[in-house]
Amino acid sequence: MNLTLKVWRQANSESKGKMETYQIADVSPDMSFLEMMDVLNEQLMTQGIDPIAFDHDCREGICGMCSMFINGEAHGPDRLVTTCQLHMRKFNNGDTITIEPFRAKAFPVIKDLTVDRSAFDRVQQAGGFVSVNTSGNTQDANAIPIDKHDADKAFDAATCIGCGACVATCKNASAMLFVSAKVSQYSLLPQGKVEATERVMNMVKQMDEEGFGNCTNTGACEVECPKGISLENIARMNREYLYASLKG
Amino acid sequence: MTLTASSIGRKVAMALSGIFLVLFLTQHFSINILSVFSENLFNEVSHFMGNNPIVQFILQPILIFGVLFHFIMGFVLELQNSKSRKIKYSSYKGSANASWMSRNMIYSGIVILSFLGLHFYDFWVPEMNYKYVEVLPLDPNRYFGELVHKFHSPFRVAIYALSFIFLSLHLVHGFASSFQSMGINNKYSKTIKSFTTFFSVVVPLGFIFIALFHHLN
Repeated sequence: MNLTLKVWRQANSESKGKMETYQIADVSPDMSFLEMMDVLNEQLMTQGIDPIAFDHDCREGICGMCSMFINGEAHGPDRLVTTCQLHMRKFNNGDTITIEPFRAKAFPVIKDLTVDRSAFDRVQQAGGFVSVNTSGNTQDANAIPIDKHDADKAFDAATCIGCGACVATCKNASAMLFVSAKVSQYSLLPQGKVEATERVMNMVKQMDEEGFGNCTNTGACEVECPKGISLENIARMNREYLYASLKG
Repeated sequence: MTLTASSIGRKVAMALSGIFLVLFLTQHFSINILSVFSENLFNEVSHFMGNNPIVQFILQPILIFGVLFHFIMGFVLELQNSKSRKIKYSSYKGSANASWMSRNMIYSGIVILSFLGLHFYDFWVPEMNYKYVEVLPLDPNRYFGELVHKFHSPFRVAIYALSFIFLSLHLVHGFASSFQSMGINNKYSKTIKSFTTFFSVVVPLGFIFIALFHHLN
């Protein structure tokens, strides 16, 4: 396949970026999107052009590092996949592909397609944990019986890899799907219920401070999420937040 | 902490005011549709609503507050959301993952707000003038005539019809969305969505029917 790529180039967080156009030839349909980017970078380096910076790590949809906005969609046109799992067979010979970084005020661009998603880390640090007394008499987790439905829902929420596609795709750059998944994965389990009130209040407060937008229930985040995190989690977080607010 | 200080609080406030306005819309429609069946009954109910002190001095101010709150909060949220992404995407395929209605609530809302301006000018301002400025004598039979008079102009009927189409688009997303905002997403959500679609079609279509009925008669 021969493709035209329009890629966002930005030297650093301070500089003003712009879209650059590159041609790439002989792309195999079996390549992953990131392999295609690797080939493009080799081509650019032989031409003496600075290679395109992009985030990646595991390249098997687990780590949540890859973060490209491809042809107007987070992680590209495929569903339930990350950019590294997207294959070139989803495109046609002669296509023009637009590649941009995940854009949000809370995700500033570091360089080219890499963005700073540490806002998610700070939200997680605000309450996304269960405090455990490790004085030597810690209870075995398996000693606490958990309803199968709750365990499944908690597991589903815990599959969120924190890639930020929900923020990138939301027209308001809202982080509600991510935060609600992290709230839910703990609050559904008896171990997490103890700190549920404090957790939801602190995580939502941090989310707001980071500059994410307000959720308007468009549902775009659920559609674009590579892990299929459900909007049910947002409803659960709303319930818990309301309950926590009323409780004071 | 006040309810509107957090993003979730603002969502809930929008949802509650929205549901309140849906209830008002239902009541308004229930009264207006009477004008199609019985002039006397419509006059009787309208006279009660226009002169009952509880409706006039308690419910009406609450309604005006609800309308203002919903619109002002809508604009505040839109302004905040527009600041959350400083550099826009050069390619953004919103239609791939969300409905047009859900992505354009502000525009359907602006059309409804403009319509409300016209509606207030047509009915509310003359009513206030009649009762509290000129202090004209009570006339329990004037309401039907006032209603029909407004729908003589085909231009006005067209504006009303267009506005109600936008109201329908606003409700299709907004009504069911209110429940999600309040944390209700369970086995009843499918029923809520079906009822939302039913309500969003039937009520605005009913209002258009009333306007056309009086125009044609």
